[in-house]
This record gives sequence, C-alpha cells and structure tokens, in this order.
Amino acid sequence: MKFLKFLGSRLVTYVFTILVGMTIVFFIPRFMPSDPVESMLGQMMSKSSSMDPASVDAMRQTLNENFGLNGSLGEQYIGYMGRVIFTRDFGPSLTMYPVPVKDLIATSLPWTIGLLGISTVISWIIGNAIGLLAGIKKDKVYSKVLEGISICIYPIPYYIFALTLIMLFAYIIPIFPLSANFNVSGFSWENLKTIVWNSILPALSLILTGTGWWVISMMSLSRNTNEEDFVSFARIKGLKERRVISGYILPNTILPQITMLALQMGTIFNGALITEILFNYPGIGSLIYRGVLQADYNLIMGTITISIFAVATATLVVDLIYPFIDPRVRYN
Amino acid sequence: MLEINHVRARYNMLTSFVNAIDDVNFKVENDEIFGIAGESGCGKSTLLKVMYDLLDYPLEVSDGSVRLYKGNSDTEYVETGELKKYWWKEISYVPQGAMHVMNPVTKVETQFFDTMSRGYHEKMSRNQLREKISSYMKELELSPDVLKAYPHQLSGGMRQRVLIALATFLNPSVILADEPTTALDVVVQKDILTMLMSVQKRTKNSMVIVSHDMGVHYQVTNRMGIMYAGQMIEIGPTDEIFDNPKHPYTQMLIGALPKVGDNSQKEGIPGTPPNLKDPLAGCRFAERCKYATDECCRIQPAMVQVGEHHCAACLLLGQNTGRSKHGN
Amino acid sequence: MKYWNFRLRLGLSILFFFLIIGFIFPLFHSGNVTEWNSYPSDLLPSSEHFLGTNSIGQDIFWLLCSSIRNSFLIGLFVAILATMIGVLLGLNAGLKGGAVDRVVMLIADTFIVIPSLPILILLGSLTKGSASLFLVGGVLVVFNWPWPARQVRSMCLTLRERDYISTARFSGESTFGILVKEIFPFVKDWSLGNFINTILVAIASESSLAVIGMSSNSNATLGTMIYWANQHQAMLAEKWLWIGAPVVSICLIFIGLFLFMTGQQQYSALRRGK
Repeated sequence: MKFLKFLGSRLVTYVFTILVGMTIVFFIPRFMPSDPVESMLGQMMSKSSSMDPASVDAMRQTLNENFGLNGSLGEQYIGYMGRVIFTRDFGPSLTMYPVPVKDLIATSLPWTIGLLGISTVISWIIGNAIGLLAGIKKDKVYSKVLEGISICIYPIPYYIFALTLIMLFAYIIPIFPLSANFNVSGFSWENLKTIVWNSILPALSLILTGTGWWVISMMSLSRNTNEEDFVSFARIKGLKERRVISGYILPNTILPQITMLALQMGTIFNGALITEILFNYPGIGSLIYRGVLQADYNLIMGTITISIFAVATATLVVDLIYPFIDPRVRYN
Repeated sequence: MLEINHVRARYNMLTSFVNAIDDVNFKVENDEIFGIAGESGCGKSTLLKVMYDLLDYPLEVSDGSVRLYKGNSDTEYVETGELKKYWWKEISYVPQGAMHVMNPVTKVETQFFDTMSRGYHEKMSRNQLREKISSYMKELELSPDVLKAYPHQLSGGMRQRVLIALATFLNPSVILADEPTTALDVVVQKDILTMLMSVQKRTKNSMVIVSHDMGVHYQVTNRMGIMYAGQMIEIGPTDEIFDNPKHPYTQMLIGALPKVGDNSQKEGIPGTPPNLKDPLAGCRFAERCKYATDECCRIQPAMVQVGEHHCAACLLLGQNTGRSKHGN
Repeated sequence: MKYWNFRLRLGLSILFFFLIIGFIFPLFHSGNVTEWNSYPSDLLPSSEHFLGTNSIGQDIFWLLCSSIRNSFLIGLFVAILATMIGVLLGLNAGLKGGAVDRVVMLIADTFIVIPSLPILILLGSLTKGSASLFLVGGVLVVFNWPWPARQVRSMCLTLRERDYISTARFSGESTFGILVKEIFPFVKDWSLGNFINTILVAIASESSLAVIGMSSNSNATLGTMIYWANQHQAMLAEKWLWIGAPVVSICLIFIGLFLFMTGQQQYSALRRGK
C-alpha cells in the first residue's frame, strides 16, 4: 500500500513537471519584447543571402503556423500542447528544411544517453566505492588525502574540466582529437573504435567531475553509519570486517545515494550539455546549440522540450528503483 | 568460568587518564547468574566491556587481565587480548539499547545467518539453517515468524528478546548483558528476565547482568557485586547482600529501596561520586559516608571476608589494615 | 574561536583574498575594462599591465578584477533571493503541513527536475547574447529556491516531533513564538550552508552559460572572459594568461566557497556539541 502511494505521488510529479516544463518553453518566447517570428526572420535573412518578399511571406506563414501563433493565446497553447503530446511533432527544422526536428532529435538523443549514461554510472560506482572505504578508515592518511583531492575536484564546474582536458590532451599533448568527428552509420568494429576514441575525452571530463561529488557525500555517509550502534554490534558479534562493510554499512549508505542520484539528474544533464558543446559531440546538447546559433526555432523548441522530458523520465526511473531496495518503504 | 584478576582499566584522553576501573577482582562461576549493580557512572558498563575484551580506543587495560576458561575446563583459558577469537562462540555480549543494534535493512533471519560463520563450520543450506534457528526460537517461546520480519516492524520488547536469542544461539559459556531491561515497561521486563533465567537454567552457563535497578538483581541473580567509583566494594550471594549488607554504601543503597508495608522514612545518599581523573587517596566513599574516620580518608580499604562467600571493602569491618594506594 | 577549524579558516582566507581583488582593487582603476582596443593587444606582463593584455586590447588584470566582482555579485544576488524564498516556503510547508506542504513540494520538485541550462539557453538564444544579468539571475533564483526549501522543510518535519517543541507548545507558546525562539536558531545554521552553496551554484551556472556565449556577453564576468578567450582561439595561440587567469580564479573561488561551507557546517556541529 505504501508502495502504491509512493508510485502514485511520483507519477503525479512526473506529469506535472513535464506539463510545467512545456508551458515554460511555450511562454518564454511570447514574453519577449520583440516578435519572435520577426526576429527569427531577421536573423535568417541576415545569415542567408537575399530572400524575395514572397518567400519571406511564405516563411512567415509557416513559422506562425508551426509556432502556433495563429489565434488567441489560449488557442495557441492548447494547439501546441496537443500537437506535441499527441503527435510529438515539432515541425520541420527551419535551417534544414524539410527534415523534421523529430528525426534530428532521434539521431542525436542516443548519443547523449550513451555518453551520459555510461559516465554517470561509472562515476557513481567509483565515487561511492572510494567514499565508502575512505569514510570507514577515516583516520588513515590515504583517507584524508582522498578527501582533500575530492574537495578540490568537486566544486570545479564541468566546463573547466572540459577545457583543461582539451588543453592538455588536444593541444599540448595532442593525443585525442579536438572535437569529436565521426559520421558513422551502421555497426562495425572500425566504427566502434572511432566512436570510443572520440568519446574518451568528453566521457573523462564528465566522470572526473561527477566522481568528486559522490566521493564526498558517500564519505560523510559512511563515516556516520560506521558509528551507528548496529555497526558496532555487528563487530561485537565477531563478524569479519568485509561482512560488516558489505552487509551492514553498504546497504545503509547506498540508499540515500540513490535518492541523491535522482535529484542530480538535472545537474548532470546540464553538465553533459556543456561538455557536448565544448567537444562538439553529436548529442542533443550540440543540437540545441546549433539550433540557437542558426536561429532554428523549431529545433530549439523541440530539443529543449525533449531534454525536459528525458530528465524527468530518468529521475522517475531512479526514484522507482528506491522502494525495491529499501524494505522500510516496501513493508509498511 | 570467567576470572577477573586485579584489573585496572582507563580511558586514554591523551592529556590525561580517566581511571574507570580500579583493581577489580572476582570470579564468575559456571552455572550462576552474577549481577553487577551500582549508580550511573560507577563503571559497570566499562567493566562489562573489559570482560568481553572490547577495548576500543580510548579504553585500555593498564593492569591485570581477564581469563575466559573454555567450556567447563579449569585449566584451559584465553586472556585479555585474545578473546576476540571466541566472540559469540564462547562468550557473547548484549549491549545497552536494543532499539538500534539491529541492521535496519535486513531481515532478522539474516542477522542470525551472519553469526553462523562464527560457530558452524559445516556448510548448511539456507533452509537447514532456518530450521535450526526456528526450533531454537520455539524453545525460547518466540514465534519463528519473527525471522521474516524487519527490525522496525518489531516492538522494543520483541527486539530485546530477539537479541537474547541471537546472543545465546551458539550456546556460549558466558553471556554478558548490559541493562537488558532498561527502557522497557515492567510487564515486558518480567518476560525478559524470565527468558534469561530459563536459558541459564537450561544451559547451565555463566551469566553476568549489569543493572542499576536493584529489583532486577533481587529477582534474577545468585551472586552480586556492588560497584562504586570504579571499584568493587562488596561481593556476595544476593540474599545476603539484601538481608545483611556490610559496606556502608550497600547499606544505604538497600535502605533506600521501598518495601511493601514499610512506612519508615527513606534516606537518600548525600553528595555525588568522585571525579575519576584524580582518584582520592583513601576510600572513595569516605566523603559521603556517615561512619568515615580519618583513617578512611588516607588508606584504601582491601576486600575483607565478612561471611562464607561474602566480602566487602571497608576499614571498619573486622581486622582490616587496608592497603596502600598501589594495591596489594 | 576555538571551533574555527582548518577548513573554515582556509576557505575564508581564499574568499577574502578574492573579495579584495574583486571589490577593493577595481576602486583604483578608472575607465571601462570591457572596451576593446583600449590598449595595444598581446602585450606581455609588465608593471603597467600586471597580466599583460589580450588579443582584443583589454588589460587582463583589471578585466579579471571586474569579472570577479560581477561574478560575486551575481552569486550573492541569486543566493540571497533564492535562500529567502526557499526558507520562507520551506518553513510554511514544513510547519503547516497538509495541502500547503504538498503544493509547495510539488512545485519545488518540478524545478529540481527541470534542467536549468536548456531554459537559460532558450533565454540566451532569444536575447541573442545580450540578456541582462538581472534576467539571468532571476531565472537562476527560480531554479535554486527549491534546495533550501526542501532542506528547511525536512528539518521542520523532524523538529515538529522533537520534544522541546512539544514542551514549548504545551507551555503556551504561540506558533510564531516557537518559530522564532526554537526553530529558527536551529535552521539558520543549515541555511547558511545552503546560502553559500547557492552562491557556488549560481556563479557556476552563469559562467557555464557564459562560456557558451548565452549570457551577457558585453558584461565582464569570469564566464564571459573565458568565452571571449575561446572566441579568439586563446588556447591555440597559447595565450595562457588570458584563458588561464579566469579558469584558475574560478577554481580557487569555488574551492574557497566549498571549504567555507563545509567548515561552517563543522563549526556549527561542534558548537552543538557533536
């Protein structure tokens, strides 16, 4: 029963979040002082060579339609929400007309999920493992050293790591490519190697930043749990240290870390965005950036909406793992 | 059997020492329940830890040792520093505060399975283990359903009972219990005490119960030791201690107990226990004792025989020449 | 004074150092630091230009000082507003409970999940890189108030059950009285930690945004400094001072903030007798 309540409240938050997110994305441009369509047209005209008035008008019509700027604000809102929710159609990309935004997103989203997913999992596992051991052996020298290193790493924002890695490994010691260029289609070992080689730097920068946070939070958790009565009692029973750590300390510290992971999804995604942009990695981050640079409004709207949707879903998934592991939520 | 031989223990606070236990000397025989009584801060919990060889920094033994005799042997023993190998198998410890000593995220049966590695070298399947534990629970009049529960689903009294089952399951020859009934209501208290007594009766092992509640000692223990300010000041059969206390402190302690039908005025014991950082030269109870003499403040009393199995540490009892500050 | 631990001292020293650079030093400089071609470009460090000049003719040292100041201002602005709103809403939710609690938490959770950067990028794209810092700050406030709100609320929930609150209530204290005398002293220690963390997050967010050119490019912040350096291929041209100065400053400021935050938490834990 408690589980169903938990599930229910999470779903409500999920749906609400997406709706609010989409509404924000809808309303922000409408509160801008200038008419977004006109400014889009202006930007497009200044970027491309001349466009005759007829084409400009046609463009204006299409934009207004796709934008959903026809009709009153209320009609626009309903039209927009309806279109997105039911058909998931964001219209065609304005700069890559007539390629639908949907398709562009479909090709780039997997890259982001892959990079983000793998980096997050690696940094979470490594960070928690280090933090767990360092917290228990808090008086040993290496524990304090690890803590010190993590304190120096954690506060540093993603882009600094990205820039530093680029500086070190692409300029000073040119091993890795400056930006990730791979136009690979189809699956082959050659392609896989290229992908991995090009992804190492971005992944490394995400992993380095991520690990710092997990080490610090896990260290303090494990230090506190180590001092709990039930852990002392486990030792009093004469259990081997390995069993005390794996059976008593680990389960009790990993639970809050899972909750924390759910809360961090947004932050981690932000980091991935920056990383992709700096490394020119073909994920959704670069797509957003490209859309912004080229004033491709449909692309911008579509990618940002999908980002919100992706992060909300990821948060929900991690949130739902929790009750399966914590018996206190499952069994009343 | 457990021998505590002239043990001195202290807390190492780096800049100073707190002398928690001073020259405590007694034996816990097979097939008896020994009680340790005293007010808060007298060192009873510390003594129990020393007896279990649970010497976590900053607790250290500065003199003497504890000897755990294996099984019913009179000659084979292990001493302080080596007891850890026998934890839970030959000697077990039930700490204060049963509320929080079980792992909140595992079932009760897992807490039992954990201890298996201590006592059983044969490989048994989960089911066989469960069988064994269930039948033991039934012996103790506990429902085996408890095994499938999580600690937070059990009441305080239930948790204490589970703890006792855990501590006695491998049939150790010595069981140390620290305040097993504190924070439980009287009805549950009686259940716990009954359980402890029945276990002891069945296995005929040694049990040591620390409690500040004299009522507990009266109901359950065969022999008792009274502690004051880190020293054992009286030891004897429980009946005798209650009927005929010899040490002034014990007398005041017993005197303060309410008895049904007794309308007399009860006296509290004036003053507070001494600071253990700078122990006094003479008898530690001297400043609160109404019989204290000048000698009492200068000389440490030694244990003197006052009955067949009864001794107390007071200069005013019999031919007591006392002992110097350095013992013996 | 005896609870001032190492972290607290180190963190505060670092911050103090940068606060002086950011707020005191610029008082000695007149003129517009962001104006291009104020000086000959690419000069090496000298007594006139402490860190030299960059490719667009700006004095790196004075630019750095102003950038530090502006980044701090953004951080403080966002932190103050977000903490005030967050604590207020969190207290309301935690103490009143029921529907108020659920609604506030729903909104808070929403803004925790929605990633702030895409929205900021959206803003940046619409204002074409000349968003006012106030706008950026405002959006950051909207995304950062949930954290202190959550923490304050969960503290209220535990405090509500605590004995000393019941005692106060039973002895006739009004709700407001309880709030001020019993709960607030407890909450303010934690709020300070949140406040400092929000400064950190705000500066990080603004600078992340600036690095990709979506913030206020014409203003001097640490992020925009990096942006312009990148735009002029500072790394390729090995202009390490131009890109290195803001990078090192940001790292040190963040380390200082973090040390200050954890040091302050240790301090308040020690004071409570842990």
